[in-house]
Parts: sequence; structure tokens; C-alpha cells
Amino acid sequence: MSASVERDAQGRRRARWTPWLLLAPGFLWLFWFFYLPLSALLRMSLSTKPSRFAVPEFSWAWSNYEQAFSDYGSQFTRSFTYALAATSIALLIAYPVAYVIAFRGGRYRNVLLGLVVVPFFTNFLIRTLAWKTILGDQGAVVSLLRTVGLLDANEALLRTPIAVIGGLTYNFLPFMVLPIYVSLEKIDPKLLDAARDLYSNTWRGFRKVVLPLSLPGVFAGSLLVFIPAAGDFVNAYYLGNAKTTMIGNVVQDQFLVQNNYPVAAALSFVFIAIVMVIVAVYSRLLGTEDLT
Amino acid sequence: MRTGPGQPGARGGDRLNESGAQAGTARNDDVVIEIRHVSKRFGDFVAVDDADFGILRGEFFSMLGPSGCGKTTTLRMIAGFEQPTEGEVRLDGNDVSRVPPYRRNVNTVFQRYELFPHMTVYDNVAFGPRSTKVPKPEIAERVRSMLEVVRLADLAHRKPAQLSGGQQQRVALARALVNYPSALLLDEPLGALDLKLRQTMQIELKRIQREVGITFVFVTHDQEEALTMSDRIAVMNEGRVEQIGTPEEIYHRPASVFVAGFIGVANLIPAVVASADGATAGVDAAGRRFPVPITDPAVRTGDAAVVMVRPERLHLSTTVPATDGAAVEVAVADLTFQGPVVRTALRTDDGTDLVAHVGPEDELPMLRPGDRLWASWEPDAACLLRAAPRNFPDE
Repeated sequence: MSASVERDAQGRRRARWTPWLLLAPGFLWLFWFFYLPLSALLRMSLSTKPSRFAVPEFSWAWSNYEQAFSDYGSQFTRSFTYALAATSIALLIAYPVAYVIAFRGGRYRNVLLGLVVVPFFTNFLIRTLAWKTILGDQGAVVSLLRTVGLLDANEALLRTPIAVIGGLTYNFLPFMVLPIYVSLEKIDPKLLDAARDLYSNTWRGFRKVVLPLSLPGVFAGSLLVFIPAAGDFVNAYYLGNAKTTMIGNVVQDQFLVQNNYPVAAALSFVFIAIVMVIVAVYSRLLGTEDLT
Repeated sequence: MRTGPGQPGARGGDRLNESGAQAGTARNDDVVIEIRHVSKRFGDFVAVDDADFGILRGEFFSMLGPSGCGKTTTLRMIAGFEQPTEGEVRLDGNDVSRVPPYRRNVNTVFQRYELFPHMTVYDNVAFGPRSTKVPKPEIAERVRSMLEVVRLADLAHRKPAQLSGGQQQRVALARALVNYPSALLLDEPLGALDLKLRQTMQIELKRIQREVGITFVFVTHDQEEALTMSDRIAVMNEGRVEQIGTPEEIYHRPASVFVAGFIGVANLIPAVVASADGATAGVDAAGRRFPVPITDPAVRTGDAAVVMVRPERLHLSTTVPATDGAAVEVAVADLTFQGPVVRTALRTDDGTDLVAHVGPEDELPMLRPGDRLWASWEPDAACLLRAAPRNFPDE
């Protein structure tokens, strides 16, 4: 009797520790690869570096943040505008694609999904450089647009915001398609029968049943496109010009060219803060925690 | 054969199957749904083969049959999810064969309910009236009173995932009935529930149907369920309607060997018609000749036939019984205690298997396999069926 009580107590003790043990690898990972680098970056963002070759020194230098806002405000605005545009266009393209694959794909579903992912087999940089050729002044797209009169002879596509936003949209499109597909695929098609049975035509059934049920996918997809697009520097670098510089380009320049680590770190923190605010507002708007 | 939609429909009555008791008296506006020579083919597969019957206003009508018999396809054609390959579906006197589901005044309770998971019970029920732009105060009133009918008023703000199976079933019912449809279509709605809950819901469904007075078209493969609940039953097999009638007619006067075998337990004895005069036929079966009432006027002397007797109408006795009907000598093959009755398997000397349900009132001695007895039945207990090569599932 007492032996079993003892064993029970021992078992309870073990049970109390089990979740912590299971969490330990994750905590260690976060500590080493998230907390430590981030606190180092935070420290750096408040340091001063009087010259290019000096060692940065921690000095509560809030001026770095002032500089980040005052000198690079337009790049921040541009980054989030471009990212918003790319996310919106990606959503408009991805939703119908995901819808057709999920509801009309039949036995070709997996093949079609494969096609969505196939571009990933090519390197990110190579894909972007390919667009440079496609949109180039001598390329087929420009000459076609010039022929039909949508583009003047002295106008170009490359080195314009259109090219940058297009590149961002293209590169991150699969991140939009896949989560939306997953959420659509989970919807029982019989729910559409139920909506039609209850006097809703296809459009109303879509608005009232399919769209709300796919919002978690839209939410996930938007974030997966928006966040990397806002921080991206490759597309602006290869497809844009000096006036399409995004915050990613500034950070890259400050870190790797100017060696101005404190300002680069401050820029990164401002970026993180803005993204977090946007995500918080967005999740409140879509009310994802309220779904299902 | 086909009549135009504008033609005065004086033929409503004769659209009903002959075996419907109301057939002679039904006026056209008593018929809510007419299935006129409807066939449905999917490629080479014939799902429904020339179904032709009417469903009366306010009745509880069941379509009963094994899986793949075409009952669900027929229901889906009434709902509008499928279109007939041939024939027409008429609703309230109008041909709706090509009308989409959202413009038909019928509503469906789906097999797995298909409640909208992101909406509360209230919003689920209000979905139909909102689609048809019913004024808001009226929606609130209708939803509230319908939730009252299905006894879910307290759970209006729950999500479907927070409800039990039986409660989800009630929401599905309310969501359909709140639209006051011309007919409510139920696609095996009790199949997902356990036995106890299913029996409760059978009673509930009947109560709700009486309360709202709406026509129920109920699809099921469970013959007991159909017998318990229906005013009339259409028994279907391999796409064909085998018989339409009240539960009593279907049980006591099955129109085919399939119906006899599918509904309840039946003794089906191969027979040859030896004489046929008007109301009674003499048949040779199980090594005897005995009289059987004729229900099918096409019976001729010399026809191969099947005599059907229900096990509870079979009397067993140790001595030669005095009867106008049939009496055959049998040997007990097997005894199975089933609670109220003992299922007694018997075999005649010519090898015909019979089953009798023996109760305490039969006053028999303790039976043992091998015992020899007399099995007998009154003439009106038997039923003469045309021998059909059609298969039917074992009981």
C-alpha cells in the first residue's frame, strides 16, 4: 500500500518534469540562436563607432535610432509599400490558383502543387537574374508592350518599381499558394452543397463559407510573403534603380559596405518593431484566433 | 408521354403508385413532389431506372434500400444536386429538373450534417433566411422559434464543434426547417448516431414532423427505421422502385421477392402454381399443395412462384394441425434464443429451409435439433410472389 503511494508520488514528480525536459532542446535553441544574437544586436544598436575601423562601444547611443528614422524613413515606407503591393498581387494570383487545385484539381492535385513548387528548385538569385533578362529593354515583354503602345519608346520595365514589385511577387508567390491551398483543401465540399441547398448561389456560398474558412491560410500566406518581401534586398538590387532602394538594401549597405554596425543594428530593430505592430494589427483585423 | 409544364395537371392522382392507399383520392395539389419517369445514368452505370411516383403533402415518405440502390441519387435529384438524365422532377406542380438547388424550395439534412463550422448555431440556422433576404426581426423570430422546436434554444451561441452528435443533428434540422420548405429531405441522417440516440431521434423526428407539418422525404437503408417512422415507403433496389406502400402493406404484402427478403425476416418457399382461380391459387411447394391468396392478377397456372410467410405467422405443433392453409412436416435444425422469441430453423423433407419465431404462447415442449414437428399457416398468412432471379441480401 505504502509502496504504491510512494511510486505514485515518484511518478507525479517525474510527470511534473516531463514537459520541461521535452521543451529543453527548444529553449536551448532559442537561447543560443535567438536570444543571444538578438541581445548582442540590441547592444550593438546602442553603441558608437567613431570611425570605420574603430571597435563599437556600448554607450546608450539612441542617436542611432534617430538616424535610422530621419535618414532612412523613405526606404522604410517604400519597403512596406512594395511588400504590401507584392502581398496583395500574390494574394490575387494565389487564391484562384489554390482554389482550382483544391476544388477542381481531382487526381492532378499533387502534380499541380508540384508545379507551384518547381521554381524553388532554381536558386533564388538565378530566378531574379532571369527576370532581368525577361524584363530587359531588348526583351520580348518590353517590345510587345511597345508594339501595343502600352510603353513609350523611351520607357522601360527594368529599373522601375513595377519590376521590383513583380520580382517580389514572383519570388514569394508559392508561400502564398501553399497555406491557402492547405486551408481550402480542409473544407468539406459538401459544405458548398449545404450553402447551395440554403438558397445561396456559388458566389454567396464562396463569400459566406469558403472565404471565412480559408482566412487562416490567407493570414499565414500573407505573413509568409509580406515579412520576407519587406526585408528583401535582392529584387530591389537587381530589378530596381537608386530610387527603389528598400530597407534591406540599406541594412546590407550599412553592415557590409559602410561597416556601420550600430546604425545597421538600429535599422534592424526598427524593422522588427514595425513588422510586429503590423502583424498584431493584421491578426486583430482578420480575427484569426476566433476562427474554427 | 411527357407533359409540358403549362398543361393542366389533372393527372396528379394517377402519378401515385397504385399501391398508395390515397392514390384514388389524391388531388393534384396534394402532391408536393412528382418523380416522372426519372432515370439517372453516370456513364454506363444506371443509378436510377425509370422511377415514377409522387410524394404527398405532409407525409413522412421513406426511400429504403441497400446501398447503391439509387435512393440517395433520387434524393439529390429532388434537392437539385443532380439532374435527371431522363424524365422530370416536379415540385409544387412545376418542373424543376434544371433548376439549381438554391432556387428550389426544398432543404436537406445531410448525412454528416455539414454545419458551417465557423458559425454559431444561431448563424447556421439563420443562413437560409439571410440568403433569401428575410427582414432581420423576422429572422430572429423564426430562428428562435425553430431552435425551440428542436430544443436547442440554450445553445444558440455555441459553435458546432462544441455540440454532441445528437445536438448537431438538431441544428441541421432547424437550419433546414427554418425556411419552411415544401419538403425536407433527409439523407440517412441517423446513420452516424449510436443505437440509443438513434431511437430517441426517431421519436424526435416524428414529433418535429407532426409539429411543423412539413413533408419529410427520408432516405435510409435501415428497414426497421423506415417501418417505424414512415407513412409510406418506397423500396428500391438496383435503381428500380420495387414497391411503394404503407409499412403494413410492404411488410404483409410485399410486391417482390426482393422486398419480402429485405424487409424483416421472410420464409421464401419456391413453388409452382397448380391452379389459379380469381382470388386464390393452389400451389405446389415443399412437397404439398395448398391455397395462397392472389395479389398479382398476372399469375397463370404453371408459373414458377415464391410463397412468402413471415416467421411469426408460422405455427408449430407436435400433432397434425387442423387448418385450411398449409401444413408441412419439418425437422428442427437449429434453435436460437432471441429474447421475446426463439428463432427456430426448420427443414422440410424435400430440403426447404424455414424459420419460425416461437413464443411462450405456442405451448410447445422443449425443442431439440432433430425433433419432428408440423409447421402450418393460415391461407391469409401467405403471399404469392413471382419468382424473380434478382438477388437480395441475406437476412
